[in-house]
Amino acid sequence: MEFIDYYKVLGVDKNATQGDIKKAYRKLARKLHPDLNPNDKEAHKKFQQINEANEVLSDPEKRKKYDQYGKDWQHAEQFEQARQSQGQSQSFGRETFSGDFEESEFSDFFTSLFGNMGGGGFRQRQTKYRGEDYHAELQLNLSEAYKTHQQVLTVNGKNIRITIPAGIENGQKIKIKGHGGEGINGGPAGDLYITFHIINNTTFKRDGNDLYTTVDLDLYTAVLGGEVTIDTLDGKVKLKVKPETQNGTRIRLKGKGFPVNKKEGEFGDLIVTFQVKIPTHLTEKQKELFEQLAKLSS
Amino acid sequence: MIVLNEFCSSHGIDISFVQSLEDNGLIEIIIVDQAMCITAEELPRLERIVRLHDELDINLEGIDVINYLLQRIEEMRQEIITLKNQLSFYREEDK
Repeated sequence: MEFIDYYKVLGVDKNATQGDIKKAYRKLARKLHPDLNPNDKEAHKKFQQINEANEVLSDPEKRKKYDQYGKDWQHAEQFEQARQSQGQSQSFGRETFSGDFEESEFSDFFTSLFGNMGGGGFRQRQTKYRGEDYHAELQLNLSEAYKTHQQVLTVNGKNIRITIPAGIENGQKIKIKGHGGEGINGGPAGDLYITFHIINNTTFKRDGNDLYTTVDLDLYTAVLGGEVTIDTLDGKVKLKVKPETQNGTRIRLKGKGFPVNKKEGEFGDLIVTFQVKIPTHLTEKQKELFEQLAKLSS
Repeated sequence: MIVLNEFCSSHGIDISFVQSLEDNGLIEIIIVDQAMCITAEELPRLERIVRLHDELDINLEGIDVINYLLQRIEEMRQEIITLKNQLSFYREEDK
């Protein structure tokens, strides 16, 4: 646990007036407020720090104690006890802690210095702040992302059942409202943001809602035409091959790609690239026939 | 649908404030059975506006600018995700 320089946190000097402190706090709060920095953990952390600094420096009694003990905060309690035994007057009660702000929002340093204090000297924070947004990451296989399904997540010890809509993209975030940290001073709870990492466990390549696949085609089907059976994420489909299909020919199968997120029943396309395979290990007879073909073509 | 009277009393705000938001084009109020309402989709937006106004003393013009810029940030974030995914697609294709 380290000493926290609240003056430095707010960017004011030690002689700053209450007006200076308020001004500095408001300026930083406008910059770091969670509503202005969605999904930014660093900004949220800094926002908590300026809140804490403001809590201390805007309260004359807390500020006095903070200034008095400064870096010797670890011995603050001992100093207080020594002064009490010497019959010196106390400006703070020590029995009741009536502050309704959440201690957990403050640093260990703050709690050590002010955590046991209570009584009339305390000024209650009136401002309600929204709770912390939680961020979680979830790994999904591409085949899982293909279908709308439910999963149970454990976030901060709580089980949350979420519905993952089909068509989630790699890197996409979804917001689960009200499942973040509890609000400060009765403010609303934060939200839970889940970022998806999609692992491709298929032979398909995905570009947005379109899927790409390469299908081997034997020379004879490529030349004479025919039918091939290909895999899609939704099962097998039969595909007609036109005679004289060239190597690298692309065919677009409408609606056989990936589901469009949040648009039920809409799908991207599946783009099939034919890769014509040249036969190997030809028999003498086959070679002879190819030679005849070659002569016919020349 | 969320009835605005209930929203205002639970948030301790005057209904005239919400009406001024509509006048400035920040939210859309719908009349249902002679009661002013907002849609459930509009609620997070309205809550954010109230927080920005109450906690940061931002006026309606400022909130309008913030909403626009946050929307732009979100659009750009989405664009970055799409571009990253396309980049990885072409990198895979090159292999």
